[in-house]
Amino acid sequence: MADKQRLDRQSMCDRLAMEFQDGWIVNLGVGMPTLCSNYVDPDKFIITHSENGVIGYGPIATEGNEDRHLVNAGGQFVTPGPLMSIVHHADSFGIIRGGMVDVTVMGAYEVSENGDFANWRIPTRKGGGIGGAMDLAACAKRVFIAMEHTQRDGSPRVLNRCKLPITAPGVVKMLVTDLGLFEITPDGFVLREHAPGWNPEEIQELTEAKLIIPDDLREFRFRDQG
Amino acid sequence: MPMTSKVFETFDAAVAGVPDGVTIMVPGFGGVGLPRNLLAALHRQGAKGMTGISNNAGGMGDQVDVGILVEAGRMKKMICAFTAATHPSRPTPFVTMYNNDEVDAELVPQGTLAERIRAAAFGIGAFYTPTSVGTELAEGKEHREMNGRTYVLEYPLHADYALIRAWRADTFGNLQFRLTQRNFNPIMAMAAKTTIVEVEDAIVPVGELDADKIHVPGIYVNRLVKIPPDGIWE
Repeated sequence: MADKQRLDRQSMCDRLAMEFQDGWIVNLGVGMPTLCSNYVDPDKFIITHSENGVIGYGPIATEGNEDRHLVNAGGQFVTPGPLMSIVHHADSFGIIRGGMVDVTVMGAYEVSENGDFANWRIPTRKGGGIGGAMDLAACAKRVFIAMEHTQRDGSPRVLNRCKLPITAPGVVKMLVTDLGLFEITPDGFVLREHAPGWNPEEIQELTEAKLIIPDDLREFRFRDQG
Repeated sequence: MPMTSKVFETFDAAVAGVPDGVTIMVPGFGGVGLPRNLLAALHRQGAKGMTGISNNAGGMGDQVDVGILVEAGRMKKMICAFTAATHPSRPTPFVTMYNNDEVDAELVPQGTLAERIRAAAFGIGAFYTPTSVGTELAEGKEHREMNGRTYVLEYPLHADYALIRAWRADTFGNLQFRLTQRNFNPIMAMAAKTTIVEVEDAIVPVGELDADKIHVPGIYVNRLVKIPPDGIWE
């Protein structure tokens, strides 16, 4: 049996980015999801949107090529794209609330089998950090989540019901973890692809939600593998 | 009759009359479009007991932002989209003070924050948004179902002052912003009773800006200061 491998963060985000469809308006959250922007499929036309009011920005700026007035949602300097336009913050969230965003990719603490997810507040700590996550979660056409499959102590993050306060109910369509690619369907939580060396029973053991194992389950598929 | 000049020589003169207890709007996102010079001047001026409306309540304290007013105990409350540290090992001065009950806060989703500011500017009494439905933040708020979707009622956020950072202005206060510097600046400039602007590139005579390329009309702007070479640029 092959060695068990866990996907690194870049591979997780590459795999999610493969699901972006031609013509989609894509909003990438702060942190791990920004790695999705490193995956470029030349056959697809993807339009970026960032909550601070920039549509159609390009890749992260290399050192020395920063424009100090052009940043993404994480405050990273990005390059201008050829179709770029700028709006103010209320208009930017009008784009989001108006349903223009085809997919938003976010990190999370927990995802549950009914499509809830939690990423803004730990109840033992005062306050929370929402940013634009609740607007995006409630209003984007699709929510994709990228997160580690388990907590540091090995306990599951993929749950029957979220234990933490949720960001939005029933919105997650796809989840990538270091162990698998999951689709949340009306029938339940489907394991589509698994990390190299892992079988579905082993992934189920680290998952509280009951997984549906389809006949066409396969190992993680990346573009260069066809 | 000539118009009264809106151009002030110094940031200190522009914020001289700000009284205690006012509500101030402070734009900026990702370090861009922050009125750093006006914040520094307001810090020197000493107004206290203020309420702040801002996307966040300041960074780690290594740059001039709204956090300098929080840290100095001048803010009694912040209305913002982040009230906890991004990482618990790196609390901002605001988060530390909030955790110690030294400053009050209201946590608002960023799009709701922007729309509440816009609603104040546009004379809207309240609005329904789908954001936060089904979460803790919607508890206690009026819900309404329309066309099969559930919304919560949100109210405008008004302010006495907005501190603004623009790219270019004319002497009447017509404003232009550059790229993502724009962020909250236009809606805050339009929502506040008194709008004070720091200008990066130039304050030009009226008539020199293309009327089709003005992001905020000067009717909303009360005071302008050009950032000098030794001002706070980043």
